[in-house]
Amino acid sequence: MKNNDAIIILNEKCTGCTLCIKVCPFGAILIKDKKAVIDLSKCTLCAACVEACKFDAIIIRKKEKAVIDLSAYRDVWVFAEQKKGKVQSVVFELLGKGRELADKLKCNLCAVLIGENTQEGAKELIARGADKVYTVDSPHLKVFQDDPYTRVLTELVSKHKPEIVLCGATTIGRSLISRVAVTLRAGLTADCTGLDIDMKEKLLLQTRPAFGGNIMATIIAPDSRPQMSTVRHKVMQEAEHDPGRKGEIIEEKFPEATYASRSRLLDVVEEIEETINLAEADIIVSGGRGVGNKENFSIIKDLALSINGAVGASRSAVDADWIPYSHQVGQTGKTVCPKVYIACGISGQIQHLIGMKSADVIVAINKDPDAPIFGVATYGIVDDLFKVVPLLTQHFKKTLA
Amino acid sequence: MDYLLSEEQQMIKDLCRQIAVEKIKPVAAEYDESGEFPWDIVKVLAESDICGIYIPEKYGGMGGGVMELAIATEELSWGCGGISLAFAATGLGTFPIILYGNDEQKAKYLPDIASGKKLAAFAITEAEAGSDAGGIKTTAKKDGDHYILNGTKQWITNGGEAEIYTVIAMTNKAKGARGASAFIVEKSMPGVSFGKKENKLGIRGSATREVIFTDVRVPKENLLGREGLGFIVAMKTFDHSRPGVASQAVGIAQRALDESVQYAQERRQFGHAISFFQGIQFMLADMAIQVEAARALIYATARMIDSGAKGISGVSAMSKTFASDTAMKVTTDAVQILGGYGYMKEYPVEKLMRDAKITQIYEGTNQIQRSVIAAYLIKESLSKK
Amino acid sequence: MKILVFIKQVPNTTDVKIDPVTNTLKREGVDSIINPFDMYAIEEAIRVKEKLGDAEVIAVSMGPQQAVEALKEAISMGCDRAILISDRKFAGSDTWATSYTLSQAAKKIGDYTIIFCGKQASDGDTAQVGPGISMHLDIPQVTYVKKIEKITVSSAVVERMTEEGYDIVEVPLPAVLTVVKEINEPRLPSLKGKMRAKKAEIPVWTAEDIGCDEKMIGLDGSPTRVVKIFTPPPRGGGRLLEGDPAETAKELAGLIKKEIIG
Repeated sequence: MKNNDAIIILNEKCTGCTLCIKVCPFGAILIKDKKAVIDLSKCTLCAACVEACKFDAIIIRKKEKAVIDLSAYRDVWVFAEQKKGKVQSVVFELLGKGRELADKLKCNLCAVLIGENTQEGAKELIARGADKVYTVDSPHLKVFQDDPYTRVLTELVSKHKPEIVLCGATTIGRSLISRVAVTLRAGLTADCTGLDIDMKEKLLLQTRPAFGGNIMATIIAPDSRPQMSTVRHKVMQEAEHDPGRKGEIIEEKFPEATYASRSRLLDVVEEIEETINLAEADIIVSGGRGVGNKENFSIIKDLALSINGAVGASRSAVDADWIPYSHQVGQTGKTVCPKVYIACGISGQIQHLIGMKSADVIVAINKDPDAPIFGVATYGIVDDLFKVVPLLTQHFKKTLA
Repeated sequence: MDYLLSEEQQMIKDLCRQIAVEKIKPVAAEYDESGEFPWDIVKVLAESDICGIYIPEKYGGMGGGVMELAIATEELSWGCGGISLAFAATGLGTFPIILYGNDEQKAKYLPDIASGKKLAAFAITEAEAGSDAGGIKTTAKKDGDHYILNGTKQWITNGGEAEIYTVIAMTNKAKGARGASAFIVEKSMPGVSFGKKENKLGIRGSATREVIFTDVRVPKENLLGREGLGFIVAMKTFDHSRPGVASQAVGIAQRALDESVQYAQERRQFGHAISFFQGIQFMLADMAIQVEAARALIYATARMIDSGAKGISGVSAMSKTFASDTAMKVTTDAVQILGGYGYMKEYPVEKLMRDAKITQIYEGTNQIQRSVIAAYLIKESLSKK
Repeated sequence: MKILVFIKQVPNTTDVKIDPVTNTLKREGVDSIINPFDMYAIEEAIRVKEKLGDAEVIAVSMGPQQAVEALKEAISMGCDRAILISDRKFAGSDTWATSYTLSQAAKKIGDYTIIFCGKQASDGDTAQVGPGISMHLDIPQVTYVKKIEKITVSSAVVERMTEEGYDIVEVPLPAVLTVVKEINEPRLPSLKGKMRAKKAEIPVWTAEDIGCDEKMIGLDGSPTRVVKIFTPPPRGGGRLLEGDPAETAKELAGLIKKEIIG
């Protein structure tokens, strides 16, 4: 009976040399009765073992390919998320990266703008590098709703066949693009930190962290189109604004039924955030478990205020109810990329580091010399934050006022 | 050490440990400081079905015995020896009903305790009657279909928070030791009032108050057993509850030991973690020996009581005495090991030392316990002759 | 009324470490837990059942045999029963194939009113499966649900978390709801629940049992493929400032100012 498993060890060739076990990043192989056995539940088919095996004893089954004409798909698309008619800044970062990809592929960079009164937004997108902007304008599309946006974007993609679609990893983006990808049977990779083109295969190489950022994976979608990726805010470089750039605005229209929505938006509630938006901030002062209690957090806030920075927090501080979740930086919080990140009383667990380690300058203040945060900090002070932080605040108040 | 617990007992132990770590430990210092009653923890215990583990299944409980109560009490006390009393002291107040209640009384009161809806408390001690329990002055005078209760009980754990009180009062002073009776009194009965909440050295997460009875009319249906059985009810209740106090002590002691072992590895002096030095090692070893021995004695006693064996007073007193003396020694040593830090409220061990002290005092001082043990030894020796 | 909760057993990422010598993930001795976000989904499902009364909460997981532990934990918290979806043929599934497989399971259970999912899984972190399920089943979805304001058997009014605050959305049922941490505090298991979980029989459904098209599961059903795994270049540590707080604070202030002002 033919073994249809995704990955197979040819027992007659396997010598039990354990080379595959050593290279497997997921610990998915073990030796049983002197032969290698793969735990299918842990294997991600990354093929590290296939490459490593000197005896060609491991094969990954050939995939049943869906037959689609890949050459019919051209152009790099960026979904231009808008809120209240304003194009979100993550889109400019996507256009920045999109330009690079389009240039390598020698194709167009296009943007898709769905909303109401989209003319201004479309012009902005062209100034930021889009060769074409597809707009879909309707009062029904003024605010994001799952059904209409999914249908519209899906129809546009089906009609124009872009080879790549990029989208911001925002609450709207992640929700929307997953649905579009499923309908189109397209490969979608979330939270990419790196995007590049394999020039030989003309494939999009999508790199993202996995296992809490302990490991990086490069992913491709070789047989399906479009290749779709979401990218977090502040990961890529923003495209420059060039008001002189020229581009084409293509207005698309759909029948009313396309804009129907099964759910109804009853209200939009804005919660007043403290002055500076964390995700956009250039300077962030963060407090962790070392801060001790809710009252002490004022020390962190004072420092942030003195330096015109935003206040961040580790998960410990948020879980202890010292500061709201909107300030949480890390794997289950926000990713930030400021010029300066000052971590006070934060040990630097991997889940926190994921959210801030791309900051230009990291400062760590912690009385534990073995805290992992010192491993990534540009400058570190091993001392009591209650002594150092107020002094820092004083300095800034005097000299920056 | 593998205690050869049954699956159900292991489940109770694991769940109570989870509650202690996730829910009790994080708030223990706060409750110790404020002295507030931990109703939110009571809610967690109720939702997790812990409140009824020692109550018969017929009345909504899990049908466990003293062993299950001991396991649960130890783990919860590991989190906080004060907060755990909301549960453990309810056990003390409930045993009279379980041991001496008739079907109607059990059916009326046990389900609410099992579900965690109501807490219970045991009331015998008075200002002039502590160790000398025979000296109680609270009276219960028969009046038609009621008994009229008058008197003041002192230092009642869960006093004011519990809805159900099992009270020992004198029904016939002339009969001396045979003149007391046990009653079930509800908080809502007119004439029941409470004194101020006591400001204690330790177990501050528990509530201790005077319970005052002013012409409280208790229906005769609430008499436990019959008139004159009061002190017997009390003694039998204590026989069953002593392993519970002992467990509270062991839970506190185990926590002290755990904190000490961890600290000794973190604190560095003279170029080493202090766990490197034999002086500390020997202290830790002695602490561990005492805690294991105390636990083993409690388990042996609890299993013996649950088997229905007679003559349990002696071993029950031994388990309480040894465990509480252990807790006091171990927690004091823990403070010593943590040194200056151990003395500071920022670190958890000074609280453990304050919490441990009461276990040598209440539910029969360790001096009284020793009298009980001596009496048991002599009785045993005489019966062999 | 049936309420489904899809859960995933994941490695406890706080325990996962990279072996510095071999550059591989060390997974021995790493605990498996219920994906943290799924705990909130389970809790919310049980709360909806408590609110509406006549309902059954069914926990479902796609995974290896070991995932039965996670399903038992879900039962001990209060789910009525659980089902494991497991088959060698699911190996290599990406989120497309996974959401297809789970939607097939939902179809086999049938007659569901709400499908709860956690926002994302802590190993993959994609947040794609929930929305994928709603598309395969062609039912509406609301993601990032932080509160259910009103619920009946035919519709729900929920708060959807946004970057600026939240939206209030009315959604007809059946629907997929993916939840965030803010929605509730998951309860601890109860003793009765633990005992029920011990006795519970959890059926295992294969690809054939749930009528999967072989081309849509596992390797064949996954448009994406991993081509390379590598450890991220470590960001090196920098300089420790020495001295008493007065000195270090002064030096640090100067360094930071230079960074900002240039």
